[in-house]
Amino acid sequence: MASHPFQDAATPGAISGPPSAGDYLGDSIFRTIALFCAFLIILLLAYILWEIGGQAVPAFERHGLGFVTGTTWDVSGEEFGVLPEIWGTLYSSLIALIFGGVFGIAIAIFLTQDFIGARLAAVFRTIVELLAAIPSVVFGLWGIYVLIPLLRPASAWLHAHLGFIPLFGTELSGPGLAPAALVLSIMILPTVAAISVDAFRRIPYKVKEAAYGMGTTRWEAILKVMLPTASSGILAALVLGFGRALGETMALAMLIGNSNQINLSLFAPANTLASLLASSFPEAGEIEVQALMYAAMVLLVITFVVNVVGLGIQQLTMRKFEGKK
Amino acid sequence: MSQIDLTSPARAVALPSLERQYLERRALVSGALTALTWAAAVLGSIPLFSVIFMLVAQGGARLDLEALTALPPAGFEPGGGFGNAILGTLVMVAIATLISVPIGLLAAIYLAVLGPSSQLAGVSRFVAKTLTGFPSILAGVFTYAVLVVAFGYSALAGGIALAVLMLPTVVLAAEEAMKQVPQRMTDAAYGMGCTRSQVIWKVVLPTGLPGILTGVMLAVAGAAGESAPLLFTALFSNYYLAELMEPTASLSILIYNFSAMPFENQIELAWAASLTLVLIVLVFNILARLVGQPKV
Amino acid sequence: MSATAESLGSSASAPAGEVVLDCDLQKVFYGDFLAVRDSRVPIEKGKITGFIGPSGCGKSTVLRSLNRMNDLIPVFRFEGHVKYHGQDIYAKKVDPVVVRRYIGMVFQQPNPFSMSIYDNVAFGLRLNRFKGDLEERVHKAMERAAIWNEVKDKLKNSGLSLSGGQQQRLCIARAIATEPDVLLMDEPCSALDPIATRQVEELMLELKQRYTLALVTHNMQQATRVADTTAFFGVDISRGGRTGYLVEMGETEQIFKDPRQELTKQYVSGEFS
Repeated sequence: MASHPFQDAATPGAISGPPSAGDYLGDSIFRTIALFCAFLIILLLAYILWEIGGQAVPAFERHGLGFVTGTTWDVSGEEFGVLPEIWGTLYSSLIALIFGGVFGIAIAIFLTQDFIGARLAAVFRTIVELLAAIPSVVFGLWGIYVLIPLLRPASAWLHAHLGFIPLFGTELSGPGLAPAALVLSIMILPTVAAISVDAFRRIPYKVKEAAYGMGTTRWEAILKVMLPTASSGILAALVLGFGRALGETMALAMLIGNSNQINLSLFAPANTLASLLASSFPEAGEIEVQALMYAAMVLLVITFVVNVVGLGIQQLTMRKFEGKK
Repeated sequence: MSQIDLTSPARAVALPSLERQYLERRALVSGALTALTWAAAVLGSIPLFSVIFMLVAQGGARLDLEALTALPPAGFEPGGGFGNAILGTLVMVAIATLISVPIGLLAAIYLAVLGPSSQLAGVSRFVAKTLTGFPSILAGVFTYAVLVVAFGYSALAGGIALAVLMLPTVVLAAEEAMKQVPQRMTDAAYGMGCTRSQVIWKVVLPTGLPGILTGVMLAVAGAAGESAPLLFTALFSNYYLAELMEPTASLSILIYNFSAMPFENQIELAWAASLTLVLIVLVFNILARLVGQPKV
Repeated sequence: MSATAESLGSSASAPAGEVVLDCDLQKVFYGDFLAVRDSRVPIEKGKITGFIGPSGCGKSTVLRSLNRMNDLIPVFRFEGHVKYHGQDIYAKKVDPVVVRRYIGMVFQQPNPFSMSIYDNVAFGLRLNRFKGDLEERVHKAMERAAIWNEVKDKLKNSGLSLSGGQQQRLCIARAIATEPDVLLMDEPCSALDPIATRQVEELMLELKQRYTLALVTHNMQQATRVADTTAFFGVDISRGGRTGYLVEMGETEQIFKDPRQELTKQYVSGEFS
């Protein structure tokens, strides 16, 4: 042990000494465990992919790719297709992205571009954080008893007067795509707002100085300078918000109507992959469970791809700014 | 508009007025956009206030001791409560915390201190970020495939599903908190001859603790509100939880089940349960804020 | 402007006392960047050795090589040796953790831990599992560091609640509590006001009776006030980059009154800094 020569050479009776054997052992063990736990995270993802994928295999073999294009969910006939659900998932998430995205970015601009003082900004930030904290089921409940009754008269009016537009082709009789999509936009608004606020905050101060120094109005600065500079961060916000919308389950299950049809009308009932899983699973028999696992796999792949893309954009953006600084 | 004669009468130059021109097109557009932004902010806030109003008005009306302690009523029964759901939620969240926090903390220690620039850390970090965006229902499906198929529906499975959801959040939040510990402090610890574990235990963890606790509290708040994963794992129960390996009620599933029922009684209880759930989530959020006073 | 190898050898006067740290850094690299070259700096026991020179001359790098603090920078490597009491501290089997237990360091920026003042000073003692009277040692260290009187009534307060000068003296107390053989100080007064600086300098003169000190300072006058031996480093830009190297080393009086190298003469007379 090379440490001993130091001990001898140093002043006798010194207080300092090398770590004990126990210290060294503890150090090695601790570091190994920490490394293992970091590895565990990766293992978890792999396990999830493997497990759900594995469960989907029997259904994949039975239904093949027709599963993704089929439109019937017939338990007794053992014929399963999730196209309506894929449609519902994408349609509702897209609407949510438009509304949640626009409002989210607007609020991000509101909070970061000197529209209000610090105190009021803190209030709005708390509001957004509270919105994020409300559980999905509570939004579902609120949607059923507040939003749907609110939307009914509006949908009746729209259907009556503009019913020729496919978007308003049916009336809202209860649950449907519109209330689900609106609640979904409220739920992803905080995500989009938070990441966009972050994107705006990363803009170096001198960029803002340069814009105002040229005599732009506040909005010219925002539209011509700040937004373009933060654009990739905002893009990441939108993609990640979209990803969240794709996977949202409970509120949708309670509001969308669980009807396996494809309909352009905003007021028709529909279904999403996640709510299909939520509503059909508890009562499902073996064959149906396998089909549901296949559906889960489809959902997994879609959300995985979207999330990876969103994260990738975010990483690239950060690297761009870090390089600039 | 003021005019200044610079050289000769034929070459008068007009200087622009420096005063605000409210009716000028630029200003009008600017004003309109600002109004729209204000509208967006206010409009975006309305749902929150509406939800809070409904929770307090509808839920508050029904929230009493009976609601908090009694068992869920059957179809046409009056009265009843969701005491077992509260217990179920708390128990499963506790299980989830006990599983996800140690593992998450250790992983974060590796990411923040032991090997921050290693490839393993880079991949692990990216995977954690990916997992935070995962549909929560898939955590339930995963746990179903791994546990429920073999061991049946149980509170434990529910807790594990929630742990899968909490883990990435805990890892990322803890890593952030530990990165905030100033380098000069870890330098001082190394300078005194600490082994890497000693630097972590004696300096990084104590100093970063407020931030870590904040992250954990927020993750707990999120897990308490989750319902999708519990559908496949803990299922539901109309009785108080007796042991971990049996299904259990939870506030979120109760709300989900009752919301679809055509009975006034159940709907009222759903609102009361929602209020309770939101209060629990709020408490953890506030705790997170209180605890996050940094020591540096 | 660069000294040749021969004149380097001759400008370092042979150490009179026992050499505790035999430091010979021939080439120090951060990645591909040559940070320091040809610096032979023997540190003598019971003396204060000062490192002076313009910014970028590598004096901090050399200092931090003495207790393997540079190990924390992944791209650091060097050719040469550093021997502590004759033992090579960079030998394969040597644990830098052990080296740092015997060679303490005080940093440029005060860096107390976010714990109580008492716990800060007791940190090293507890780390080394000191079995004696902890309180007495803590008290003694703080007295020696000239901070006891100011904090004796608030030992439970956080170390971060002190002023800059007090924090630095706290860090010194923390470093000397375990009575390390050698104490390295990297511009310890640069973040302090003149009064605190004076206090720390007086402290250093007292400390040298018990410890061996090596001090990096950008303040020449401080070196004249405090250092027994002075090593002057210069910057070599002849090869394109900025590489530090030892220009001259000797008794402080000789370095300042009768420098042998032209560059030294220019630096100490203030022609550049």
